[in-house]
Order: sequence, then structure tokens, then C-alpha cells
Amino acid sequence: MAEVSLRKVVKRYDEVEAVRGIDLDIADHEFVVLVGPSGCGKSTTLRMIAGLEDISDGDILIGGDVVNDVPPKDRDIAMVFQNYALYPHMTVAENMSFGLRLKRYPKAEIKARIDEAARMLDIKELIDRKPKQLSGGQRQRVAMGRAIVRNPKVFLFDEPLSNLDAKLRVQMRIEIKKVHQKVRTTTVYVTHDQVEAMTLADRVVVMNHGRIEQIGTPNELYHNPATRFVASFIGSPAMNFIPCQLEDGGGKLQIRLSDKIAFPLPPARAARYQKIARTDKLLLGIRPEHVTEASAHTEPGVEPFDAVLDVTEPMGMETLIYFPLHGAQVCGRVSPNAGAQDGAPLRLAVDLNNMHLLNEVTGAVL
Amino acid sequence: MTTMTIDKAGPTRKVKYGSISRDRAWALRWSYFFLVIFVIFFLTPPVYMLITSLKSSAEISAATNPWWVFHPTLDNYVSLLTSNQFLRFFWNSAIVSILVVSITMLISVPAAFALSRMRFWGSTILGTGVFLTYLIPETLLFIPLFKMFAVIGDWTGIQLINRWYVLLFIYPTLTVPFCTWIMIGYFASIPKELDEAAIIDGASWFQTLTRIFIPVALPGLIAATIFAFTVSWAQFLYPLVFTTSTDQLVMPVGIITTLIRGDVFNWGQIMTGALLGAAPPLIIYAFLMDYYIAGLTAGATKG
Amino acid sequence: MADVALQPSSTAATRTAQKRSSLRNVLGRKSTIAFLMALPLILLIATLVIYPAFYALHLATLNKSMARFVGFGNFEFLFKRETFWLVVKQSCIFAITAVLFKALLGFIIAHFVHNIPAKGQRKWRGMLLVPWVIPPAMSTLAWQWLFDPSYSAFNYTLGLFGAGPIPWTGDADWARFSVILVNIWVGAPFFMIMYLAALKSVPEQLYEAAAIDGANWWQRIWYVTLPMMRNIIAITTLFSLIVTFANFDIVRILTAGGPLDHTHIFATWAFRVGIEGADIPLGASVSLFMVPILAVAAIFILRDIAKRGNEA
Repeated sequence: MAEVSLRKVVKRYDEVEAVRGIDLDIADHEFVVLVGPSGCGKSTTLRMIAGLEDISDGDILIGGDVVNDVPPKDRDIAMVFQNYALYPHMTVAENMSFGLRLKRYPKAEIKARIDEAARMLDIKELIDRKPKQLSGGQRQRVAMGRAIVRNPKVFLFDEPLSNLDAKLRVQMRIEIKKVHQKVRTTTVYVTHDQVEAMTLADRVVVMNHGRIEQIGTPNELYHNPATRFVASFIGSPAMNFIPCQLEDGGGKLQIRLSDKIAFPLPPARAARYQKIARTDKLLLGIRPEHVTEASAHTEPGVEPFDAVLDVTEPMGMETLIYFPLHGAQVCGRVSPNAGAQDGAPLRLAVDLNNMHLLNEVTGAVL
Repeated sequence: MTTMTIDKAGPTRKVKYGSISRDRAWALRWSYFFLVIFVIFFLTPPVYMLITSLKSSAEISAATNPWWVFHPTLDNYVSLLTSNQFLRFFWNSAIVSILVVSITMLISVPAAFALSRMRFWGSTILGTGVFLTYLIPETLLFIPLFKMFAVIGDWTGIQLINRWYVLLFIYPTLTVPFCTWIMIGYFASIPKELDEAAIIDGASWFQTLTRIFIPVALPGLIAATIFAFTVSWAQFLYPLVFTTSTDQLVMPVGIITTLIRGDVFNWGQIMTGALLGAAPPLIIYAFLMDYYIAGLTAGATKG
Repeated sequence: MADVALQPSSTAATRTAQKRSSLRNVLGRKSTIAFLMALPLILLIATLVIYPAFYALHLATLNKSMARFVGFGNFEFLFKRETFWLVVKQSCIFAITAVLFKALLGFIIAHFVHNIPAKGQRKWRGMLLVPWVIPPAMSTLAWQWLFDPSYSAFNYTLGLFGAGPIPWTGDADWARFSVILVNIWVGAPFFMIMYLAALKSVPEQLYEAAAIDGANWWQRIWYVTLPMMRNIIAITTLFSLIVTFANFDIVRILTAGGPLDHTHIFATWAFRVGIEGADIPLGASVSLFMVPILAVAAIFILRDIAKRGNEA
């Protein structure tokens, strides 16, 4: 059984707390991604699980055993580094078998494991080459091979795709997912790229300033973010935040965005936000894909309005538009033939069925 | 948009227009010209050593053109290479140098590893200390060391003065600090992730050193070895102080004290001896020049 | 949720188990192993460098037969001797002049080597480094022969041009010149190699920017090259000052300190007095005199490096 549990884990450097009390339970076979901006403590947490950093407080359990004082080699883990960390003077086969050779595994067993891993990662022809003869993607696969061969309880990935170019990154993401499907080892994966988090994870852990902001499946985080940070971090282009206030107008609850613009809330939302004080400073959170060109027919919850566009970015499949609204710069996505032009006005519609309301002061999603 | 007025007065210094490639060609010619002059300056003594070594005593005392050999002879070489005494000097130098190199590496490499990779109490102090001891010259230490070894010899009854193996203790003081410094530089340039990968793979510190660091830093090791050998081979002061009997002498001291007898200077033989004495470092240099230079510059550019 | 109830007891059990093996932990701990690895180095330096240095201080306070304590007696004796002040003066002039010219020559040669295409640089560099590779004792013998009073090859060549024979080692001033010349010959290649490496590390774009700004060749050197190389220049100068100041081989073999003590430097005179004259305390005093002068130079230069380090 290879569950990983973190109980109130804290990491202190002198007086600074890099990790401030993390509680996390990872189930056997689960692929969990720790994601967040640089400095949020995700790498430090990973290194504490690996045993490369001492734990200042709290406990880490692997497979049910407390491993706080257990050295890395006895934790039965394997790690893939951002810079691959391949031994430059050894061949690919020697790199992959180093750990096994240190533990005096029989030669036949080592060979069998290397063959299996090489086949899985499609690096069989590279077996006798040295790292400097390999490309970045190949090196990363060898690094993964080195981890697979050990057959550990947990795989740890420390931003493994950051050094690759964009196209290669997409390819390697698929490789990693395929390997996980085959090998099913519990995996803890650290990245700052929310796309990697969304595409690879069973569950995503969003971290910020040493704390966990939210844990959930990719879908949960996307559609139901708990805080402003999670809402703005997940999804690209990022969610729009427009200052607004609730008001009662004509018997119905509506949000006022500016002197001229106020939208009535859809019934489900109106019920939910009824209790909120009308004087609170609020933010309307709406994703760009829910700010589109107005269509001919009306739909419940979709409110049209006019805006003058600042800049347009034609992406081929869609066009991104940017316009100001009540002091915020808003991003929307319109179809490429909606007639969007720099500096020109356009009739847009906002889908309030997918809106979020945030308290500007606390950052919580209401 | 405001317009900017541009000063149309033109350059105030007399400007020379010439094609860049022509200037570059002249710079190149001057460079080669001066380089040839410097090379002549630097290579004259060794070349002259070779020339003289091929002359017989008769030709030398005849005072003909010293820059040319009219009747080349290998007599000097033959007489030296068949002289037991000379061969003894060579042997002593070789043994001392090889042993000192081994001792130096055995001390420097683990110490460099510990200092560059493992933080322990006082490691930064020790690191600077190693650097600073290099600033204490041998010419300050030779007198107290002489007295120290004489005293120890009296106490323990082990003869320490006038024995070649004393040099095995003393030479490392010259080679170890710089070799440690070179190795620290090379070890420090190995990325930290390599250590961590090794730790996770299950290597102990010793295994990390021997199976990862030493192979990866091999060029540094070679450079340090060459440095240690060259310094040991060339030593003059310490052996002069600590060894006096002919059978204990190393090459530099041996040549100078035995070949220069009274007023009769057998310069043909002396130059032959000097050339043979300079041969091992020169041969190593000819084959391993890049490591040689890497060792020198490693200290400075990495430090 | 049953797990949570079980946690505390298993944690407590594992914790006490680990405490018992703490001694083994200490021995296997990183800092202990590291200390042991560095121990031979520490012992070597402590017993054969630091201790003798202090022992020299002690020796300098004894009388000739090392039976009595005479305090500063040896130093007083030295201060009264004219030869001592001659040695001080000669050592300083020797060191400063030699290092200055070695650095200059090395700098100039490095530039020329840097100028020629990269392919050819290797063999020129190879030839120019030879003086540094040959054991100084051996090459000094060659110079001694080149300077020989009766058979000097240089005098022969000068004679072809009608110039008189020069007493390279016989006349005091010429002897000083010769010693400095040999020292420069041996040491310049070291500077050349260091400066060449440093030159290569100056980004080409800085020169291009300077050229566009209108700088000629020596302005480029003054405003781009030298500032970028300040650290290297300081370090090599410091090393060379110490090594040159403490030089023994060249003077001993070429002139043995003569004529009439006019080329003696600290090292050779300490040897003459201490070993050949069998007056160890006096010899130690002479050697010790190098320390304050070296320390002052070291402090100046290290301070300069630290200051630049803070600037960068």
C-alpha cells in the first residue's frame, strides 16, 4: 500500500516559514499535482516527502509508516528532477541501473527491468549512449526510466517539463500520463504550469505562500474555485474580476457594474447571494469564454451590453478581445468572424449562469 | 510628436576611414611578429641547453660559435645515463614525486569533497584557511621544519635529516593546498541535483564520491595530479636543506651539487643533466598540455 | 477516520525506537563524515605549516646555540647589520620590479595570442608556456651558462655587433638585472595564461559597444578590458608578489647572493645564515622578516578584491 499522508507539515528556514502546516492525504495509485507560483512551497513540500529536506514540524507518512527520520534511500521512492540529473559519465543503461546496482540486485533482474522500462518509454536504441548525446526529451525519458526501474512506492516529479520547449512539453505530458496508466504508481508531481496540473492530475493541490488554497479534481477547481487566488490561477486566459455591488432593483437582485450597466441575476444565483450585504465591495468573476459576442436570440442568464474594444488578438480558432469595464480590463472570447476590431465598438453578452461573486476584501468565493 | 534637432556639426576628432579587414590584417601581422620575438625569448634557454648538451668539452672550451654544434656528440648523454649516481638521482626524484602525488590526492580529494559539498562546522573557515596557507612561503618554513625534524630525530632515534623519505612529509605542504583548491572548484561545478539523485538512488557519501564525483571531475583530477607532480619534481630548497649525502639527493639538487666541481665546469654534462632533469615535466606537458593549463586557470577563474 | 485515532501511538513508538540508535546516527551523520574526510588536510596544515610558522617565532628569540632566551636580541643584531638592510631593499626592489614586468609582459603577450585566430592559439600558447614548465632550478642553470663570465653566448653575440662583454653576474647592478630577468622569464608565462583565460571571458559585445562609441584600441583596453579583469589582476599579482618575494632557486643558483651580497634576498640570506652558518635562530629571524611585508601587501590586495566583490 503506497498512500502518502502529510499531517500539519511545517518547514522553517531560520525565522521564515516556507511551508505553514500542510495536511494532505494521497490515496494509493493516485496522481496528485502540487501547483502554485514560484515560492509557494510546493518544491519544498516535495523534497520533504523525498527526504532531501528535514521536516521542521509535523509528520509525513508513506505506506502508513512515519518517515520523518528515514533517509531517502529507505523510503522506497524515486524522483525525476527538473534538470534530469543524469550521471554524465554513465550510459543510459548504467544511469537507469545505478540504484539497483548499489543494492546488489542480480544482473538478470537488472537487465529485465531496464528492458521493460526502455520498451515502455521507447528508448531502447539509446541504451548505450551517454547523456550528452541525447536530446532534452530523450534525457527526460531516461530520467523517468531511472525512476520506473526502481519500482518504488511513490514517484516524485519536480517540475520535469520546465526545461523543454512548448511542443515537447505537450508530447511529454502525454508520455507521463501513459506511463501512469500502465504502472499505476502513486505520484506526486510539482509544477508551476496550471495546464500540466489540469491535464495530468487526478486531484490538484493549489498552493500559495506555504499554504494549501484548495484541493480538488481539475473540474472542481475550474468550475468551483474557493478563493480568488485559485480562480485566477487556474484557467488560461485568466478569469476576469470586475468590481461590482449587489443592489435590489425592481424587486429583483442585480449586480451593478457601473452607472450605466447593471445585470439582473439568474434565479439560482439570486437565491444564493440573497444574504450578502448590499454595501460589501464585491468582484464579479467571469471567465473569458463566458464573455462572447451577443447572439440574435436571448437565453436566460445571458445579458447583452456594449463595449469599445481596446485590442484584439486573432488566434485563428477564436479571437480574444480586451476592453475596459468599470476600471478593470476584461478579456473575452468571440468567434473569428464576429467583426471584432481594435478600437471599434462591439455588442457583447455575458453568461451570468457561470458567474462567481467574490468578496474583494477576503478573496473568498461566495 | 515633437521633432528633435540634430547637431549637424560632425565629428570633432579626425576620423580615419579604412576597411576593417585591412586593419585586421595589419593587426594580425604585428601580432605574429611580436609573438615570434617572444617565442625566441622564451625558448632560447631550453634550445641552448639542447645545443650545449650535444657538444664535447673540447668544442665548448674552443669557444667557437656557441649557437651552433659543429661536431655533435652523444657522449654527455651516454656518460650520464650510464652513471649510477645520476640514475640514482633520477630514481629518487621519481619515487618521491610519485609517492607525493599519491599522498596529495588521497588527502586533497576527500577534503575537497567535504568542503565543497558537505556543510560542517568550520567548513568555511577551513576553506579560506586552505587558501591562506598557500600564502605562507616555503622559505619561511624551511628553517623551523629543519629544526623540528632534527629534534624529532633526536627524540625517537629515527634518522630524519638527510633521508629522502622526509620529503614525503614536507612536499605535500606545497601541493595539497592548491590541489584541494582545484578540486573544490571542479566539485563545486557539479550540479547539486546529481548528489540528490545519487542519494535517492541509495548511495552513501563515500559511494557518491567514488562513483559519481571522481569520474565526472576527472579532468580536474588529472590537472591536479600534473600540478602535484611538477611541483614535486622541481623542488630545490627543501631537498637542499634536508638531504646532503649523494645517494639521498633528488635530481635538481643532485645535478647542481655534483656536476659543478670546483673550477672545472663540465658544461656539456651540466646542460645534459639539466635537460634530462627537465624532461619529465616537459614530456607530460607535451601530451597533456590542456589539463596542465586547466589546472592553473581553474584556481583563478573558478575561485 | 479510524486512522486518525491510531496515528499518535504509532508515531510515539517509532520516535522512541529512533532515539535509541542516536549514537549510530551521530557517527553516520554528514558532519562527522565530512570532518573525518577533511581531517588529514587539517592535520597536515596544522602540524607542518601553522606550527612551524609559530615555532619560527620561538626560534627567533633564542641565541645561536638555542640554549638561552634572548628576546629581540637577534632582531637588534640584524638591524645593526648593513647586509640586512641591503637584503630588505633588494628583496623589495626585486619583487616589485619583477612582478610589474611579469604582469605587463604577460598582459601584452596574452593580447597578441588572443588576437590571432583560435585554431593557431593552441600551439603558440604551448610554446610560450615552456619556461613555466621547466623546473626553475634547471632553467636557471641554462641562464647561468648563458651568463658565464668566459663563455657567455650573449657576450659572443654582442661581440658580433661590436658591443663590449657584459659582466652579467660579476657586477652588482648587472647581477641584479640578470636575476630579475630570469625571474621574469620564468614567471611571465603564468601571467599570460591567466590573463588569456580572463580575456576570453570578457564579452565581445562590450568591445563592439565601445568601438561604436568611438574608442580606439588603447581606450578599449583601459575602459573595458582592465575593469573587467580587475579581480584576476589583483589575485595573480598577490600570488606572484608572495612567490617572487620568497624566491630562492633563481638567486641561489645564479649568483648565490653575490657579488658581495648584492643580490641576496630574504630566502637566500636566511639559508646562508641559518643553514650554512649554522645559526638557526638568526636564520629564522631573517625569514620572519618577510611576514610583515607580505601581510601588508596581502591586506591591501585582498581588501581591494573584497571591495570590488561588493561593487559587483
